[in-house]
Amino acid sequence: MKKLLMASAAVALTAGTAFAGGHAKEVKLGVLFGFTGPIESLTPAMASGAELAMEEVTKSGKLLDSATVTSVRADTGCIDNGLATANAEKLLAEGINGLVGGDCSGVTGAILQNVAVPNGLVMISPSASSPGLSEMADNGLFFRTTPSDARQGQIMADILKERGVQSIALTYTNNDYGKGLADAIKSSYEAVGGEVTIVAAHEDGKGDYSAEVGALASAGGDVLVVAGYLDQGGLGIVQGALDTGAFDTFGLPDGMIGDALPNNIGPDLDGSFGQIAGSDSKGAEIYAELAKAAGFDGTAAYTAESYDAAALLMLAMQAANSKKPADYMGKVMDVANAPGEVINPGELGKALEILKAGGEINYEGATGVELIGPGESAGSYREIEVQDSKNVTLKFR
Amino acid sequence: MDYLNALVALANFVIVPGLAYGSQLALGALGVTLIYGILRFSNFAHGDTMAFGTMVTILFTWWFQSMGLSFGPLPTALLALPFGIGVTILLVLGTDKAIYAFYREQKAKPVIFVMVSLGVMFMMNGLVRFIIGPGDQRFSDGERFLIKARTFKEMTGLREGLAIKTSQGITVITAIVVVAALFWFLNKTRTGKSMRAYSDNEDLALLSGINPDRVVMITWMIVAVLATIAGTLYGLDKSFKPFTYFQLLLPIFAAAIVGGLGNPLGAIAGGFVIAFSEVTITYAWKKVLNYALPDALAPDGLVQLLSTDYKFAVSFGILIVVLLFKPTGLFKGKSV
Repeated sequence: MKKLLMASAAVALTAGTAFAGGHAKEVKLGVLFGFTGPIESLTPAMASGAELAMEEVTKSGKLLDSATVTSVRADTGCIDNGLATANAEKLLAEGINGLVGGDCSGVTGAILQNVAVPNGLVMISPSASSPGLSEMADNGLFFRTTPSDARQGQIMADILKERGVQSIALTYTNNDYGKGLADAIKSSYEAVGGEVTIVAAHEDGKGDYSAEVGALASAGGDVLVVAGYLDQGGLGIVQGALDTGAFDTFGLPDGMIGDALPNNIGPDLDGSFGQIAGSDSKGAEIYAELAKAAGFDGTAAYTAESYDAAALLMLAMQAANSKKPADYMGKVMDVANAPGEVINPGELGKALEILKAGGEINYEGATGVELIGPGESAGSYREIEVQDSKNVTLKFR
Repeated sequence: MDYLNALVALANFVIVPGLAYGSQLALGALGVTLIYGILRFSNFAHGDTMAFGTMVTILFTWWFQSMGLSFGPLPTALLALPFGIGVTILLVLGTDKAIYAFYREQKAKPVIFVMVSLGVMFMMNGLVRFIIGPGDQRFSDGERFLIKARTFKEMTGLREGLAIKTSQGITVITAIVVVAALFWFLNKTRTGKSMRAYSDNEDLALLSGINPDRVVMITWMIVAVLATIAGTLYGLDKSFKPFTYFQLLLPIFAAAIVGGLGNPLGAIAGGFVIAFSEVTITYAWKKVLNYALPDALAPDGLVQLLSTDYKFAVSFGILIVVLLFKPTGLFKGKSV
């Protein structure tokens, strides 16, 4: 019996190495998002977006002598640094060549500092937007296809100002993302002459928010800005404020934009407004079509950014003609920005061909990618208003 | 000066939510205190018993809704409640037979019971998540409001609105009915008296011919009823999520201990003390004071004693003060 076990183990081992040999031309990309936790309703479409780009490249057969690109998914829990770091290490052990992720700002910082920098792994986050990440030491390994919240704060202040809002009450979810965004909104809004009556934190995962709503209502204001999550405390605060009649209109930054919110709240939310990263580039339309054909919603939050993040990784690999992070990390900015031929979604095959021939590309992608400063998106936003219980895009900023 | 508006603002943001939350905590604390008084241990599985009862009620509610059954303006969940209670009674009697009965026979120390209940808590925790999942479930239907803030403003012409949700009304009324029934049962019926006798002095009760198995069984049944009602009311008023029910354990125990463990009256008082302290101490009084004080005295700041981040600290602060100065709780309970 013992011998039989040994024998089968030996066979399995040799089979394993044989397989590894067969997949020499395989590129593995990690997809590390919060499939559980506060934004679990957004992440499935985000992962589908990243995998759509990988599938497109595999089908074209033009990446690094027709390598196949496979996706390895793992969970960050969105707010669980321990889980996110452990899973990033697991992905590394599985031999990924680049990482799409993380998603929420806190875990993204943790993955960057604890896993990516020590191991020299390139990571591109589609959704981590905390201003703090711009200053973190990253050895040139960290990029994001979403703009920093410092920019979102300005956009929100502009929208509030244009709508003639004189004063706001501000509440945020008590983490890196919420605090960073709230600070940005407060300073930008006060800079354009608005009044912030109160800035109060709320904790996610509580059942009862009457104390928070009471404090916000007492401070008053024309609009309540909720820098939280639509699956979590943000929902509880909006519901509580509507129920007690404390506020009728809400300012909704990106974490609160999603179909789940109007679905859960109902018609009372009509007239509330907000913004989420997005652009009116031709790419957005093309991407929406591609996503529809693949069977998911391409206008959902951060799925286009996820597609772009995965695409940038693969294009940079081709530009460096290597799948080693140390070789291709310097190429990410090159392929993302001018000069070069403009590349839209669905044209990844063409882009790879140009790069192989030694040409230059300017990847625009699904969100009009333009990377600035420390490797983050320059930032265009969709202005959203809730009308008839649906998120409607008013215009782009 | 405008006392009427001040009063309405206070009612809307402090009194109404505080009353509803307090009733929910009181019902939960009653269950904890009954177990402590009669079975002599702190039942950590209580929060998850509430979650289980609510889950069964939700499943029946969905079934009734799919059949088109409704309760008019009242939530369908009230129709499903008796079924939820029935299944929960079966569950707690089952756990008692399978787990607690063994330790009772061994005459195990209370601290062992506490640890056992911790194990039961984790099992129920998993069971609930396994059946209904970890996410938010909404199951309230019917009329959402008794009075809407906007209608109230139009009716009275006041600047402040008052909103009372149907679920808040139902919570307070149900709590009063349940508490009255419980006290009638404990004080007037033969079984209730035998339970109190068993709680006061176990040996004497056994000598006078009280059947301990029956007392234990009835206690568990009452606890299941209380837990399911408390959980369902909480879920109707807010929303159902297994994790929040697990977290509810803290304020519920705080309420039971502040009131005096083992004393039903204390549990009710404790529930309201904890609920109101959480809401009032972190409330920003600016609005109310602006109405109530003459203009010259009206405050500019928020007049908030503590930021809302600290609301849990408030209940535990009270808990520590009570334990320091009155270890048996506000109403004489058993010392912890």
